[in-house]
Amino acid sequence: MNILVEVKDLKKSYGSKLAVNSISFKIHENEILGLLGPNGSGKTTTIGMLLGLLKPSSGEIFIDGKKIEDHRIETLEKINFISPYIELPKKLSVKQNLIVYAKLYKVKNITERIEYLTEKLRLNEFLNRLTGELSSGQKNRVSLAKALINEPKVLFLDEPTASLDPEIGDFVRTFLENYKNEKKISILLASHNMNEVTRLCKKTLMMKDGLIIDSGSPSELIEKHGRRNLEEVFLKLSRGNDS
Amino acid sequence: MSLTRMFGLFLRHFYLITRSFPRILDLIYWPTIQITLWGFISNFFASNTTYYNNAVGVILTCAILYDFLFRTSIGFNMLFLEEVWSRNFTNLFIAPMKIGEIIASLVVTALIRALIGLIPAILLTSPIFGISILDLGLYLFFLFLSLYIFGISLGILVSAGLLRFGPAFENIAWSTMFLLAPFGCIYYPIETLPEIFQSIAYCLPLVYIFEEARNILINQTINLSDLIKAFCLNGVYLFLSISLFYYSFHKARQKGTLINIGE
Repeated sequence: MNILVEVKDLKKSYGSKLAVNSISFKIHENEILGLLGPNGSGKTTTIGMLLGLLKPSSGEIFIDGKKIEDHRIETLEKINFISPYIELPKKLSVKQNLIVYAKLYKVKNITERIEYLTEKLRLNEFLNRLTGELSSGQKNRVSLAKALINEPKVLFLDEPTASLDPEIGDFVRTFLENYKNEKKISILLASHNMNEVTRLCKKTLMMKDGLIIDSGSPSELIEKHGRRNLEEVFLKLSRGNDS
Repeated sequence: MSLTRMFGLFLRHFYLITRSFPRILDLIYWPTIQITLWGFISNFFASNTTYYNNAVGVILTCAILYDFLFRTSIGFNMLFLEEVWSRNFTNLFIAPMKIGEIIASLVVTALIRALIGLIPAILLTSPIFGISILDLGLYLFFLFLSLYIFGISLGILVSAGLLRFGPAFENIAWSTMFLLAPFGCIYYPIETLPEIFQSIAYCLPLVYIFEEARNILINQTINLSDLIKAFCLNGVYLFLSISLFYYSFHKARQKGTLINIGE
């Protein structure tokens, strides 16, 4: 399988503080990689560098074989991002937002693409409503539609189901699984929801203090650390003891 | 440079403005108030001083020109701040837009915003005060163009500060034009300023633009060298501001400001 994301010896420091310390990993086509770690472990910094928002202090990032620092625009065309911490303009309708981003990503068949996403993500009933008037579940689906507007090869997800009720959360997870299988895209999933990671990811990276301290499939990690579930593994690794 | 992407960013602000009547009203309201106020002051000065005897509309014309400069500069900053306030900043900067495309798109959008506000105000001056800015003739275009370039340069400069230092720089965005206004010699000749301030004023294109506007209206003559000096200085400021914007983007990527602003 093709490698769509390759990170080599990536470092980011702010003055004397090392936020990300020599991490390396790959994400293959049709794979979801989980990125776990306590707050301040370096997950957001890593995603920031993968999105081109942050310049690495050293190391390299390749998206679909192209080095992001040398081919910024070309790589940004192939990726997209969703996070509950960023929003779409509230005073624009859902459809207007999707049109704007379709233009920014130079999507060729805008109408067809919006129709496809509208149907898949059940946006029909509020397509012409202001984005700011939607519920958090509806906003989440709109953000997901924006993130898929350019048919990205790689999708970065930062807590994609945070603050969603279980029904919508399940809908989003199922949608992501199906979409990944259909389009063979790569997904990097940063999440604090261990059930979500266990369900979606075949491989996970555990980060702490800017380092990858462990990796493997959720079941491998559970077995290796002798715990009952991924949450207990997370607690053990983030606390750094056997408690 | 991609016209599609630039149009996309323009569309984002076009939708925002056209969807909301209060926003359109807000764009028109302040220039109209400003120009009406200066219209009455202008009338009073014209009948009570000798300097303005020959040109009733000098102050009002300068007020309109200054307002255009102010709207252009603030308009550019507003477009930038709009992304910060709506928490859309990250979405914009992870879209495959070149910095040049972002600047070009916002430059055009800022002009349209400024004109939406200014055209009704200009149309008001003729029936109410019997004054038309069109008295400046063909040179009006060059004066507006020169002010537009300087306003945009300031807008880009302040936006570079926002990129580099984050939303804390917002207050500077509002105050820049007020800081420069005394040096711009908008309503008075440069000789009015103390000598040390004159040296600063001569480094700004505003002095040449407003001197020339007064010259045309009062003396009915044209001094092309003033316009050329203004355009040359504008070229320098535009180059510096765009360079600084690129530098700030580079620094923001190093320091992580782009992520902090975005959330």
